[in-house]
Amino acid sequence: MVDIAALQPRVAAGRLGKLRRFAWRNPVMVFALLLFAAMILVSAFAPLITSFDPVQIDPGNRLKSPSWEHLFGTDAFGRDVFTRTLYGGRVSLAVGAAVAILTTVIGLTIGMLSGYLRAIDPMVMRVMDGIMAIPGVLLAIAIMSVTKASIGTVIFAITVAEVPRMVRVVRSAVLTIREQPYIDAAIATGTRLHRLLLKHIMPNALAPVIVQATFVFASAVIIEAYLSFLGAGTPPEIPSWGNIMAEGRSLALLAIWVILFPGLFLGLMVLATNLLGDSLRDVLDPRMRGRK
Amino acid sequence: MYAYVGRRVLGTLPVILVIALVIFLILHLSGGDPAAIIAGDHATDEDIKAIRDKLGLDRPLAEQFLTWLWNVVQGDFGISIFNRVPVGTLILQRVEPTLMLTLTVIVFSIILALPMGIAAAWYAGTWIDRALMALAVLSFSLPVFVIGYGLVYAFSLQVPILPVQGYRSLADGIGPFARHMVLPTISLGLVYTALLARMTRSSFLEVLSQDYIRSARAKGMASFQLITIHALKNASVPIVTTIGSGIAVLIGGVVVTESVFAIPGIGRLTVDALLRSDFPVIQGVILVFSFFYVILNLAIDLLYTVLDPRIRY
Repeated sequence: MVDIAALQPRVAAGRLGKLRRFAWRNPVMVFALLLFAAMILVSAFAPLITSFDPVQIDPGNRLKSPSWEHLFGTDAFGRDVFTRTLYGGRVSLAVGAAVAILTTVIGLTIGMLSGYLRAIDPMVMRVMDGIMAIPGVLLAIAIMSVTKASIGTVIFAITVAEVPRMVRVVRSAVLTIREQPYIDAAIATGTRLHRLLLKHIMPNALAPVIVQATFVFASAVIIEAYLSFLGAGTPPEIPSWGNIMAEGRSLALLAIWVILFPGLFLGLMVLATNLLGDSLRDVLDPRMRGRK
Repeated sequence: MYAYVGRRVLGTLPVILVIALVIFLILHLSGGDPAAIIAGDHATDEDIKAIRDKLGLDRPLAEQFLTWLWNVVQGDFGISIFNRVPVGTLILQRVEPTLMLTLTVIVFSIILALPMGIAAAWYAGTWIDRALMALAVLSFSLPVFVIGYGLVYAFSLQVPILPVQGYRSLADGIGPFARHMVLPTISLGLVYTALLARMTRSSFLEVLSQDYIRSARAKGMASFQLITIHALKNASVPIVTTIGSGIAVLIGGVVVTESVFAIPGIGRLTVDALLRSDFPVIQGVILVFSFFYVILNLAIDLLYTVLDPRIRY
């Protein structure tokens, strides 16, 4: 008789081995995930990493260039740029995540309905085409110009600009899925519409949606920084990467570090997300492999 | 052919209508009085009333939209709150720098991206391919102002060979114009270059696997001729599409680049309007940019029939 308990560790080792092989074959994804995790960790544990306060003004220490005490130097109010950069990551990550989640939920809903219900499809897609034709940054700027600046309105403005592309991705996936025999089978057995969409269509459309969501995250982080940098994003008293750089603008010639270090963090964050999206696409959709 | 052109042109009308509708509705988004938003913070009650009457803001929404659209079609984008000048005039005054920047960026990017993408596809899977594509992802991820200030630090402060900011018109001579254009063009162009290089690579990979390429090689055609005569022609459609659709990314970047380098173009106008809550100007700029984008992409679509005679609709 086979001793099942004795087999258990081997199964676990097999799984670990599989993971190791997967990681070995996808070094880019591993690198991206590590970089991404590092960004989240340093933002989340900012108070443990630095003893400075991100908003406390210290006039005696104005515009100090980078040193061991102030790794990234200090800004015009004597605040530690390293500390502000770490805390700033929280805003960017929160905005990126919120926009990615909202865009995915809204995009899935509209995209599935539009792709499955022929009657509303042309109408919905014309509207999406129209919104997509307005450059995203400008659309977000216009929305910010009539609403009060807050993190909520920033998230809303960027989501409006990002939803159409997600709808397109979902819809094109649904258009292929709806022709599959298993969908006919589900309809034949009397599956209700919402169940059909949620249980049969959505799971099969998720791969491209997840990939698109990572690109939405990257794009949201950049647009938030653009808006804040231009003075129309996150309220200026909150240290987001865009805001830190916006304050550094007038000092760009005197204290370039106020701009460069948060900018570098922003670049790393976006790089990690883009690499993650690229490698996810390669793994989830082997047909796209090599066509970057 | 003519029927196709006609259909295609008519097909953009709904898109343009939706754009106008979205931009029109943004004003009503805040829930506040649109007349008060258009009039600005320092307006008197009479100002607000005058605007309300002119735009028919006490009328049903549909009628308001049509009134507004009718004005826009006639070239009346409203009047700037800040300096009481018609928005159309303001935009026209600022067109030149923006147009020049966009053009130099497109030329710069095509010159850089085509060889990059072709080399990556030709040496697909080798370290050349990997290095070029890594470079593309990197420049795709760095935001415009980070590249911009990095370049300013390096080439205007450490090695002062280029101006920190500002713009000189071509009328002032090609030398000063070019010197002021170098840094903005590179800052804005790298993102676009990355986009194009990736598309060029994938388009070339597709074409290089075709039978006629193998035949051309078999008859002993030189690689350079092969690439320029056979491959480039056949790979051009997706590349040109990306040149067109990438303009959207470019326009967003223009706004930031002009702020970083103090270039007095439409992007700068937008940011100034934003800081002054000058909504009519923002509205006008978005309309102009979006229409430009739609018409450009329409033109590119029509260009396909010339580029690729196989495409007949």
